[in-house]
Amino acid sequence: MRQTTSSLKSKDLLGIEPLTPEEITLILDTAEGFKEVSERPVKKVPALRGQLVINLFMEASTRTRVSFEIAEKRLSADTLNFAASGSSVEKGETLIDTAENLMAMHPDMIVIRHKHPGAPKMLADRLPASIINAGDGAHEHPTQALLDAFTIRERLGRLHGVNVSIVGDIAHSRVVRSNIHLLTRMKANVTVAGPPTLIPAEIERLGVRVAHSLDEAIDGADVIMMLRIQLERQGKLTFPSLREYYNTFGLTPARLRRAKEGILVMHPGPMNRGVEIASDVADGPWSVILDQVTNGVAVRMAVLYLLGGAHAE
Amino acid sequence: MKVKKQLLDGARMHRAIRRMAIEIVEKNRGTHDLIIVGIRSRGVPIGERIAKEIEEMESQPVPFGILDITLYRDDLTTIAPQPVVKPTKLPEPIDDKVVILVDDVLYTGRTVRAALDALIDFGRPRVVMLAVLIDRGHRELPIHADVIGKTVPTDADEVIKVRMAELDGEDEVLIMEK
Repeated sequence: MRQTTSSLKSKDLLGIEPLTPEEITLILDTAEGFKEVSERPVKKVPALRGQLVINLFMEASTRTRVSFEIAEKRLSADTLNFAASGSSVEKGETLIDTAENLMAMHPDMIVIRHKHPGAPKMLADRLPASIINAGDGAHEHPTQALLDAFTIRERLGRLHGVNVSIVGDIAHSRVVRSNIHLLTRMKANVTVAGPPTLIPAEIERLGVRVAHSLDEAIDGADVIMMLRIQLERQGKLTFPSLREYYNTFGLTPARLRRAKEGILVMHPGPMNRGVEIASDVADGPWSVILDQVTNGVAVRMAVLYLLGGAHAE
Repeated sequence: MKVKKQLLDGARMHRAIRRMAIEIVEKNRGTHDLIIVGIRSRGVPIGERIAKEIEEMESQPVPFGILDITLYRDDLTTIAPQPVVKPTKLPEPIDDKVVILVDDVLYTGRTVRAALDALIDFGRPRVVMLAVLIDRGHRELPIHADVIGKTVPTDADEVIKVRMAELDGEDEVLIMEK
């Protein structure tokens, strides 16, 4: 057996940074057990029967919210979706007040997405429920990194020694931050690349290599992760034009011809086709983008299950 | 925990499993529609061996599957840490088939209750039968075994330990005292 631990230390999943390699391995191994549930005729198991999970999405999300909701339903939890628009938040209620009011209804877990980094931590410190971070500002998006790692491990059989290049808006991405923590902790080799305006100074201190062109990032990579250019998050463009971005950092079939045989192309979605990735690549044989979506449900089921039981004192 | 007595050694376990295989074939008048399903963990090697014995006897391969019942346990919300979940692998649809559930020890019956719930989520078998290597009594649910390797009267403070070569390096069944 690969496992050396059988439980998570914390009641919450706030990020990858606090996790040990053993805890990461436990989540990924558990997700393997859950993947099969989604392929059954009856796609439901009674593991979280009678538990209430609140999905508190204070920022737009389709994929992550849907994925969490499916995972919760497949575990037989009761779910309640709370979105900022049309709620008391628009009337000026603070996050703490919203959360304490929800807590008075005794949820067992709260899945939260918020534009401010640290919002999940603030709830975790105040509420007895388990808090799962579904993305907080530019801080972390732990379940995305876990599903990326699950997909890599499923395809390549390991994480140790795998060369992963991450290309795009490194500065504003919580997906990158969680992925860097996870991949370096599991001894993968991480390279980042993007326009210099979108690469934070001293990022090397997180244990990654900076490549200065897309070709350099592709060279020797087993996995290439393309990030979405997040126009809504930047306020202003940090490169001259989308056309120029595509010409410099867009992943095209021509670029991939220099890549290692069997390279995996990943994207956390939603994709801007023709900006960071060509359609022929997104739909091509290299792409595992839809596997990522499928695996997301299994990984989130594993996290909910591991946090959802009785807690060891 | 100290060993009180060896109930079965390797040779006797082998004979018990072979007899269980014969009984399964007799009860079903052949191997038609049969699927052997082992309950994790010790039910898996026992089920595999039963399937192999039947195949040798009848010159007919018998499909074999693995059932993980963790998510169907009735004590999931009260025990910590959470038990490890592993995949269930069934070789083919179980609708209208004869499923032989295999486990090592039948005790309270709660594992079998969970296994039946898990199985029904995969389809509607025509018949489900239960085959266990050891029946030690002390049932807490109305469940019985159809095929039994050995019936052993036990005290509640005793523990039956089934060791299988595939998982534990050796074949034997021990009765232990707490």
